[in-house]
Amino acid sequence: MKARVKVTLKNGVLDPQGKAIEGALGHLGFGGVAGVRQGKYFEIELAETDKAKARDQVKAMCEKLIANTVIENYEIELA
Amino acid sequence: MKSAVVIFPGLNRDSDMMMALEGVTGSRPVSVWHTETELPKVDLVVIPGGFSYGDYLRCGAIAARSPIMSDIRAKALKGLKVLGVCNGFQIITEAGLLPGALVRNAQLRFVCRQVKLRVENNQTFFTKNLAKGAVVSCPVAHGEGNYICDAETLKRLEGENRVVFRYADNTNPNGAMNDIAGIINEQGTVIGMMPHPENMIEPLHGRADCRPLFESLLAA
Repeated sequence: MKARVKVTLKNGVLDPQGKAIEGALGHLGFGGVAGVRQGKYFEIELAETDKAKARDQVKAMCEKLIANTVIENYEIELA
Repeated sequence: MKSAVVIFPGLNRDSDMMMALEGVTGSRPVSVWHTETELPKVDLVVIPGGFSYGDYLRCGAIAARSPIMSDIRAKALKGLKVLGVCNGFQIITEAGLLPGALVRNAQLRFVCRQVKLRVENNQTFFTKNLAKGAVVSCPVAHGEGNYICDAETLKRLEGENRVVFRYADNTNPNGAMNDIAGIINEQGTVIGMMPHPENMIEPLHGRADCRPLFESLLAA
């Protein structure tokens, strides 16, 4: 089973990288960009075949390592 | 005063820290490799600066999950003193020994310069030999030193006098909340700071402003 994890900065956490990307988009002539937030994406191959167990496992991985829950949110998708 | 310096792959300030500890306290620190599971018997553990694991995932994230960290966490709660400098500060916040997080500098640039630090709390094991409100020069060198935490944590840190160092004279190099440069845990055993006091302790460094910090370790 494969888990896809998306990690994003929580609302209110300053994202200077997103701001820089927003600025660069402006330099390239892309108008109408109201904001950019940068995140991270992970693909994790799992031996587990039970979806519920896999979700629990990946949730624990996110809480313990993949996301810093002080500043980040995470979303898990299983396929 | 017996001390240990923990070494993770990718650190680069470990020798400076060991020289500072030995030079001021008179005894050579033991160096502890990150895969060890038990610390030697020491009074102080220092996690120095650098770029552990190339800052992969998040600064300090991988190092914070190293085998040695479990023992450091357990002993810190029982009174072992822990000092984390720069990447060491990032590592101990990632390990949950201190609240909050250190994120990308607000202006996006790596900063390497001298700042002014004000000692806000001189009742700690690392600041005893300085007066409250004393301002010292200290170098910083980091790309991710922007301290943030939620409003409630910030209120607690300020209310409980747990901000140990603050950037003074408008020298905040990274956008850190409330100009926070260093904090201490609730038990008074764990201090984390972004600046590098180990690089400002003798005339060859240009100034020796931070020598009293290391001398405080002897008084503690």
